[in-house]
Amino acid sequence: MVDTQPLQIPRPPSVLAVQGLSLKLTDRTLLKGIELRSFEPGITLVMGANGAGKSLFLRSLHGLLPIEGQVSFAGRPLSETLAEQAMVFQKPTLLRRTVWQNMTFAAPSGSTDAEIENLLRQVHLAEKALEPARLLSGGEQQRLALARALLTRPRILLLDEPTASLDPGSVSIIEKLIRAASDAGVKVIFVSHDIGQARRLASEVLFMHEGRVVEHTPADRFFSAPDSIEARAYLSGELLIKPQTTGSPEQ
Amino acid sequence: MLADAFVEAFSLIASFNPDLFEILLLSVRVSLTALGVSVLIALPLGAMLAISNFPGKRIVITCLNALMAMPPVVVGLLVYLMLSRSGPLGALGLLYTPTAMVIAQICLITPIIASLAHQTMEDLHQEYAELFSSLRVTKRRAVPIYLWDARYSLITSVLAGFGRAVSEVGAVMIVGGNIDHLTRVMTTAIALETARGELALALALGIILVVLALIVNAAVMYTRTYAQRRAYG
Repeated sequence: MVDTQPLQIPRPPSVLAVQGLSLKLTDRTLLKGIELRSFEPGITLVMGANGAGKSLFLRSLHGLLPIEGQVSFAGRPLSETLAEQAMVFQKPTLLRRTVWQNMTFAAPSGSTDAEIENLLRQVHLAEKALEPARLLSGGEQQRLALARALLTRPRILLLDEPTASLDPGSVSIIEKLIRAASDAGVKVIFVSHDIGQARRLASEVLFMHEGRVVEHTPADRFFSAPDSIEARAYLSGELLIKPQTTGSPEQ
Repeated sequence: MLADAFVEAFSLIASFNPDLFEILLLSVRVSLTALGVSVLIALPLGAMLAISNFPGKRIVITCLNALMAMPPVVVGLLVYLMLSRSGPLGALGLLYTPTAMVIAQICLITPIIASLAHQTMEDLHQEYAELFSSLRVTKRRAVPIYLWDARYSLITSVLAGFGRAVSEVGAVMIVGGNIDHLTRVMTTAIALETARGELALALALGIILVVLALIVNAAVMYTRTYAQRRAYG
């Protein structure tokens, strides 16, 4: 007898899976039942207009917010992956210490001085290792925050607009490091408004609008033929204005 | 007469008058001991209040702030009642000893240092909380980080506590008794000598007290300026 069952090819677990992710703060639903399965190991760009919920989504993936629903990375629940995550915030928080001490504070056991020095050299801060971190320029502070995040040897790197309002030199250094981390197997999820940067870095794009993911497509398709009205409006620089009954997700 | 008293006061200081310096040394010893103990209690308490959440936290903070404004004579009276023969700690025989004065000063300045430390570290906690969550820094590890990173503001709080301790008169008078060569400190000596009309010694002690206050304030100013320059404030 011939078996007519189709051949089942086992699929590897998705790199990122989100099921029914909702976030409610002070009686307002800010993220609304996000469903997502991403098999893309490279750089995922999260885009969307101000107030779309991008930063909240990223913080939710990092376990910083009391979400409903489930998040898993490579088939493992969020709680098991937190120790393998690192996040860089839009406004870097640096300790009131020297550049070097800001690195050693985050260094996992087994880190060496050479490793710290190497990372500081990569972000062009080796010469400033003994300076107070909070006297660095905005770009330098963000580069230090990224170096500190990389020092924790993350397998998942979450970046919340790390290059917003930075000079081109700092942007270039940060992008180079992000690309290197991605090439080394780190899953990068990156929130950015910069369409040029998204084109340079993204493997896939998540487009968010009013607390929902309205589009999840490979980057080249997103930029050439976006599916959703919202993404088309965003890419053409238009502002979609709808009458709103609830507050903005990023308020 | 006033000019004579000033001349005599300066000559007492210049000649290192033994009585004067005995009083000065006892004052500094009592206040520094009280300060040391208070710092050990107040700084970790302030840090824990800043980063912990527990039922009744607001009440504890309100009580701490209220204790800052506690009149010293009331503190002195309470410590007196505790240490008097019929009090719960009467058996220790501490009343009218420098130790009793240290206890009174601890009760006075601990709420001040803890409250100021709490405010400082709460501000720092607002700033660091998300980073610490991200890096999974435990509370046990966070406390020394807060204490170190807020060190310059905390030094200011500690110096404020010392200033309060060394210039306090009511509580130490009640529990110390102002006994010559035993519990007489600068403030109680000034009160006594002024009442007796011995203005020279009172003035000499007053001058030293003012100089001490100036040194403490200069230290506060220097600390603030240094911290601002290094962006550590």
